[in-house]
Amino acid sequence: MVPSKRTSIAALLASSFLTLPVSAVAQDKILRIGMTAADIPRTLGQPDQGFEGNRFTGMTIYDSLTAWDLSKEDEASVVIPSLATSWEVNPEDTTKWTFVLRDDVTFHDGSPFNAEAVVWNVQKVLDEDAPHFDASQVGVTASRMPTLRSARVIDEFTVELTTSQPDSFLPINLTNLFMASPTHWQAKFEETGDAEAAWAAFAADPSGSGPFRVTAFSPRERLEMVPNENYWDPERTSTLDGVVLVPLPEANARTAALLSGQVDWIEAPAPDALAQIEARGFTIYSNPQPHVWPWQLSFAEDSPWLDRRVRHAANLCFDREELSILLGGYMGIPKGTVDPSHPWWGNPSFDIRYDLEEAQSLMTEAGFSADNPLRVKVQTSASGSGQMQPIPMNEYLQQALRECYFDVELDVIEWNTLFTNWRRGAMDESANGAHAINVTFATMDPFFAMVRFTSTQTFPPVSNNWGHFGNDEFDALIETARTTFDDDARDDALAALHARIVEEAPFVWVAHDAGPRAMSTRVTGVVQPRSWFIDIAPMGME
Amino acid sequence: MFGYTLRRIIYTLPVLLGVSVVCFALVHISPGDPLISILPADASIELQERMLVLYGFDRSYPEQFILWLGRALQGDLGTSIATGRPVTTEVMRAVANTLMLASVATVIGFVLGCFFGFVAGYFSNSPMDKAASAAAVFGVSVPHYWLGMVLVIIFSAQLGWLPASGAGPGGSSQWKFDMEHLSYMVLPAITMSVIPMGIIARTVRALVAEILAQEFVIGLRARGLSEFGVFVHVVKNAAPTALAVMGVQLGYLLGGSILIETVFSWPGTGMLLNSAIFQRDLPLLQGTILVLALFFVVLNLIVDVMQSALDPRIKR
Repeated sequence: MVPSKRTSIAALLASSFLTLPVSAVAQDKILRIGMTAADIPRTLGQPDQGFEGNRFTGMTIYDSLTAWDLSKEDEASVVIPSLATSWEVNPEDTTKWTFVLRDDVTFHDGSPFNAEAVVWNVQKVLDEDAPHFDASQVGVTASRMPTLRSARVIDEFTVELTTSQPDSFLPINLTNLFMASPTHWQAKFEETGDAEAAWAAFAADPSGSGPFRVTAFSPRERLEMVPNENYWDPERTSTLDGVVLVPLPEANARTAALLSGQVDWIEAPAPDALAQIEARGFTIYSNPQPHVWPWQLSFAEDSPWLDRRVRHAANLCFDREELSILLGGYMGIPKGTVDPSHPWWGNPSFDIRYDLEEAQSLMTEAGFSADNPLRVKVQTSASGSGQMQPIPMNEYLQQALRECYFDVELDVIEWNTLFTNWRRGAMDESANGAHAINVTFATMDPFFAMVRFTSTQTFPPVSNNWGHFGNDEFDALIETARTTFDDDARDDALAALHARIVEEAPFVWVAHDAGPRAMSTRVTGVVQPRSWFIDIAPMGME
Repeated sequence: MFGYTLRRIIYTLPVLLGVSVVCFALVHISPGDPLISILPADASIELQERMLVLYGFDRSYPEQFILWLGRALQGDLGTSIATGRPVTTEVMRAVANTLMLASVATVIGFVLGCFFGFVAGYFSNSPMDKAASAAAVFGVSVPHYWLGMVLVIIFSAQLGWLPASGAGPGGSSQWKFDMEHLSYMVLPAITMSVIPMGIIARTVRALVAEILAQEFVIGLRARGLSEFGVFVHVVKNAAPTALAVMGVQLGYLLGGSILIETVFSWPGTGMLLNSAIFQRDLPLLQGTILVLALFFVVLNLIVDVMQSALDPRIKR
């Protein structure tokens, strides 16, 4: 039968229509990534959207003075030189640091990177009198390098940074300060005549020194980048044709985009679709992240957690392997805030494990039994960044801890409210009588991992020591760590602090997020480090 | 007609002022930190206070409102806290995307709704009525978030026929009315059309049944008018109400379905609102709500004027 003209046109239209996604999956080497963010993270140098922002529009477009080593998947990620080749603190005045810079780096616009560029980038967030000061970049930057105050040019490739107090954590903090091109910003300023407009123009057409440069930007929809062929590090000069970032905040939408071939990589696939994703031939990468899913305990006067036996019992009373099954296996089993392979581990005497008998025995010693359970109230949220699956996880704990004579009440509130309450502390009205709070946190930096939860200087509302945990011993350990400037010695001091934290157990350590991401098998050279970050530059596509 | 239109425009002015007050008040009285999107919870108190001053949130509410309204009247809705981009640009881009999607969805919903409504009304209490009414009830009742996901699973994830999300291969800024781009609109438009389809079908069914029972229809038939001629009279009588319902539905859809646009990552007002709410981006939230309210008011105005053109009795 010869098809009629009308039938042929219909067939042609149908075939072109129905094969679109297939044609979209052309065999080019463009890596398309579905992010969890609802918008493209800010591109002007200091990204928003938390660490996902740093991961996709920070470390790709820009470089920082120091960086995370993301080349290993079986060791903790540590700080390594990046735009700075070396650094040292001034022994006469330990608030002053000298950083020696690379002399072979240029920004995407062709202008050179040098000490003046570093000073300019410090001023953009710390010097309100600088013409390029940008309030919108201050929040996400200043809080991550709380002691940095100013920068000064020593010579073309040497710069001096000054802190408000001796602070050995500065090189770690500096991974968060990305270097934008002053020359490119000045050109935008001359075009627009206004600093705010210049930053908006810079964000639309950014210039850093990173392994990728931006070629097209459609806010809230996509960001297109191509490799920076003049990148200073040959090992991180990308062989891809390009990278496209697509915000896909809904987990099922991300999963469908991957399965239909619209993207090659998605962050955080829908948990109940993991089996289907694997069955369809995609690869799921995961590795425990520097992240803790805890109950942070109250040390207020009436808190049931004042007795260390009770704190230890709660840590021993539930089977984390079983909880991991609930989460599809994508969960790290914590032994403390950091894991035993980490330089800050410190070999604590208290071993966090599942030991029901020991937990029951401790609770009995503390005066509790099945007939006389200990009532504890925990404030948590139904969702939230880094919270994994808070309701099922907390309900699991509620059920498991009943075996050890805990009667757990959950107080579920909205995520942003919980986050705000975290800063107000256990003694504030907002705690609503809770004895623990369930807010997850990152542990890349020693201040955020340990210091803010254990120092008497960080009691609410100054910082996040919600439970008011701390004493002279911990303050002294922190002071030692902060003022020890040799890297290894500083890590030893932090290890001593970590060991004591685990032994005193101001937390119930429940899980580390394993950060699953799913990728097409076309993506090669993937190293999933033990980090919130991942390096796209060395990846390729078949 | 001119006087009626002018009167209707004047009536909208106090409504617009009320909308701006409510819009400002709603976003400011809700709990939470206005700088949460750019200030981590661990920021120092000094930094928090400094940022409040830099963004003007240390001023009194009336002062903030007057400043905001003054700028809004000049077309400047401020700058998004989270992105640093002008709110007016953000909102207008999203409105254009939603308008495109909502218009297609409304046309689908209107055509199908009228078809089902007329069939059900003309063949009242017959199996065809029951089938058409069932389709209308399905449209009104089905959770469109669920329907969207099911369509994506079937047509994108399983069959791979249609894209799962987005507004075209290069984003909405490179939108073209060709098959490749239109394929991105198929699933969200169908999903979005089911509610107006259901509502319009139910409205039209009731109208048609009521009109057919009126004496003038018996009179038309008694005078020997053809069934098509009667149908035309029924359509003319049902049109103003159906049009009003369509206008209201288009207004709702212009607000963008937060759920549908999120499921399909369609860069419209629904997704913008979703993002502004979660980031607690007050200028963006205020600007989006204000613009959508303005659209709703203007749309109602247009529908009122069109209704009065179709049925001059309304003017009286």
